Amino acid sequence: MLRKNLCAALIALTGGLMLGGCGKEEPAEYLTVFNYGEYMDPEVIDQFTEETGIGIKYEEALTPEELYAKYSSGAISYDLVCSADYMIQRLIQEGEAQKVDFSSMKYADNIGDRFWQFSKAFDPDNEYALPYFYGTIGILYDTTKVDGPVDSWSVLFDGSYKNDIIMQNSQRDTFMITLKYLGYSLNTSDENELREAQQLLIRQKPDVQAYLVDEARDEVVAGNAAMAVVYSGEAYLGHEYNEDLAYVVPKEGSNVWIDSWIVTKNCKNPEAAAKFLDFLCREDVAEKNFEYIYYSTPNEAVVENMDEELRNDPAITPTEEDLAKCEVCTQADEEIARLYNELWKELKAD
Amino acid sequence: MKRKYLATPYIIWVVGFTLLPLITIGISAFTRDNGTFTWSNILAISEPINRQALFFSLAIALGCTLICILLAYPAALFLKSFRFKRKGFTIFLLVLPMWMNFILRILAWQMILSKNGILNFLLGKLGIAPLSISNTWGALMIGMVYDFLPYMILPVFNAISDIDEDTIEAARDLGAGSMAVFRKIIFPLSMPGMLSGVVMVFVPAMTSFVIADILGGGKVQLIGNIIEQEFMKSMDWHLGAGLSISLMLLVLISLAFTMQNDMEDRGTTIW
Amino acid sequence: MVSLKRVFMKCYLALILLFLYAPILVLVVLSFNDSRSRVKWGGFTLQWYGSLFSNRQIMEALKTTLILGFGSAAAATVIGTLGALGIEAMRRRSYRVVMSVTNIPILNADIVTGIALMLWFVRFMPLGFGSVMIAHITFNIPYVILSVMPKLKSLNISIYEAARDLGAGSVYAFFHIVLPQAGSGILAGFFMALTMSMDDFVITYFTKGAGVNTLSTMIYGEIRKGIKPQMYALSTLLFAVIFVILLLFNILSGKGKSTDDIVERSR
Repeated sequence: MLRKNLCAALIALTGGLMLGGCGKEEPAEYLTVFNYGEYMDPEVIDQFTEETGIGIKYEEALTPEELYAKYSSGAISYDLVCSADYMIQRLIQEGEAQKVDFSSMKYADNIGDRFWQFSKAFDPDNEYALPYFYGTIGILYDTTKVDGPVDSWSVLFDGSYKNDIIMQNSQRDTFMITLKYLGYSLNTSDENELREAQQLLIRQKPDVQAYLVDEARDEVVAGNAAMAVVYSGEAYLGHEYNEDLAYVVPKEGSNVWIDSWIVTKNCKNPEAAAKFLDFLCREDVAEKNFEYIYYSTPNEAVVENMDEELRNDPAITPTEEDLAKCEVCTQADEEIARLYNELWKELKAD
Repeated sequence: MKRKYLATPYIIWVVGFTLLPLITIGISAFTRDNGTFTWSNILAISEPINRQALFFSLAIALGCTLICILLAYPAALFLKSFRFKRKGFTIFLLVLPMWMNFILRILAWQMILSKNGILNFLLGKLGIAPLSISNTWGALMIGMVYDFLPYMILPVFNAISDIDEDTIEAARDLGAGSMAVFRKIIFPLSMPGMLSGVVMVFVPAMTSFVIADILGGGKVQLIGNIIEQEFMKSMDWHLGAGLSISLMLLVLISLAFTMQNDMEDRGTTIW
Repeated sequence: MVSLKRVFMKCYLALILLFLYAPILVLVVLSFNDSRSRVKWGGFTLQWYGSLFSNRQIMEALKTTLILGFGSAAAATVIGTLGALGIEAMRRRSYRVVMSVTNIPILNADIVTGIALMLWFVRFMPLGFGSVMIAHITFNIPYVILSVMPKLKSLNISIYEAARDLGAGSVYAFFHIVLPQAGSGILAGFFMALTMSMDDFVITYFTKGAGVNTLSTMIYGEIRKGIKPQMYALSTLLFAVIFVILLLFNILSGKGKSTDDIVERSR
């Protein structure tokens, strides 16, 4: 008896939900947009549809690699893709992007000139990629636990903070800081330099409390670790939650990353796609996105109107000095990528 | 109509959505980027690093299964001995925590176990020195057991609670002690349930990686981590597919083998 | 002596439940936390519950999750139960083969199942809601079979055969003989399937079309920037609703049961 009632209830519930799923008005045109998770204010998407009548099918990825995996399977025909610099480079090299005429856009000028220059590292003639957000990688540290101002990567490697360090659980970022510490380029393709970096990381491993990606910031905020390697945007949020935290881009230099948009070669409606990109550059829209994400924006109109405090925060607006010592990361060729992979597995297995 | 034809829709489904996709991925396991045939992706599992990861996974999965059995058996027995009228309710109580998102629960464990975490806070109140289990093998094991325990308790409890009271009464009347009742009646009759439990714990434990990344601090490299890395980080789908197919075969063979030897006579094999 | 034993048993069960519910407690507490960071306590608030219902994305994802969960669990329960009945009747060799194949989705890492299904779907259908539904049914079926099979083995299936020999239709025989005995296994299978479906991220991610979101895919997308507190609020609410329903159900059915007992005895 009991069971029959339960079954009936479940069937009714299922049926009800199925029916509830139907019936919604549909815009005539659609753009399929692929972006990082939580990387756009949902209101902005609604606003675009209201203003232009073009619907957005929005899809999110956690990492550039995940995005690439889904993109390259061809399972979904995407119109616009936003990802990390090196992944954008890969997509451009594979002929997946189509040219966009940025000069005909109304608001593309809002993007500062120096970001177009940075972009040239992976898009030499600025034909494909539109900068969206950018930032640096550095050390987020707890000033109550670390003596003196930190200014060098050496604090991670000199063994003075045993079990108090959180590193990035990502090959490229972890090798990047080590290469920089050793004085090499982060785009090196010299096997010896990479092996030297790996040896240093293996020696450092006992001091590392954890290799984390997304939770690194929270661990420092909670006081579980004295320092962590993080993206600059995370550092800003970390400081919001815990005033004792400070962020530094070490003097040896670091990586400046630029997440950019491309229009894919399969995009059937490049005009609508260009409209969307232009919309993203518009001051009010860019500002909304900035206030949602709090990563560094290349949109100078937004930077000008920013609060003094935000504009002077190196985690939100990297200083000229910091940017001067940073390099843009480019896609490693296949052989080097394989080497990275091997070295990383050896490090983890050690 | 013969009873075995009831399985027809299921067979069609399995062929259409399990076997054929598996063959698709299997093909990439046996090929290189340029489409030529190779064994190297399948054999890659014997490389030292992969072998080590496989060994860690095996140790963790076995340990986790064993701990789950040890925790689940008394729980199931006690639950039965209370003779709750409403068995369904007990089952729901065990399943309910799984309805909260997995990643949220694992992140919650991270907060419980971390250095300034909830557990150490409570221990401090009791005047006990703080533990440092976060980002260790211990934390990893706690997370695994936590995640898989319900999958062991449920089938064991299901099997035990189906044992006829009369059978046990009869054995008692014939002079069997509690131990003998357990050994001769409860344990053998609960075997099918326990085997289901072993499959549901051991098998997914072999391929898990998220818990190692979050609670193990990314310092422990399991075979699941390596497969994930090949697919998601180095984007070598051929190698990822090869590793995962050889892992699958290893698990299949070892399970089929142990269970066959153990259970053949009693006819309770689930393989 | 006996009571001591019972106290021990109760303590043991309480500890197991504490172990299973500890993280849930943490999440419930977080849903009242007036700080966006999960590691800082910013005082008590109900604001996340307030803003939850006006969040269109979350509500839509909730709807998708529930439709997907109940739909795929129901389909998997039907296909899986029939499958288990059929497989059980097979000869040993085919039985072995089919059961091995059954376990493939459990055996494979989620990521492999997800990518395999994605590559497979690409050949003949666009990714969308339908593809996720198929994927969920696929990985749910083994859990149904694994829950139902031990039940079938322990029940005396020859009664079913006898009923059929005596002229009972297979449907009649199923509802009057198999269901009463294997019902709890089938129900357990259904809930297991529902649970797996609600929890899955990786396979959903690779098989969903653009614009389809479940709570899991939303939560994973939020990890880097910090889980939105509304998610804790929603989880707590879901949990509370299910718990209350179960409790009511339990009390009501308890009453029903006792009258049954009386009727039974009066006979």
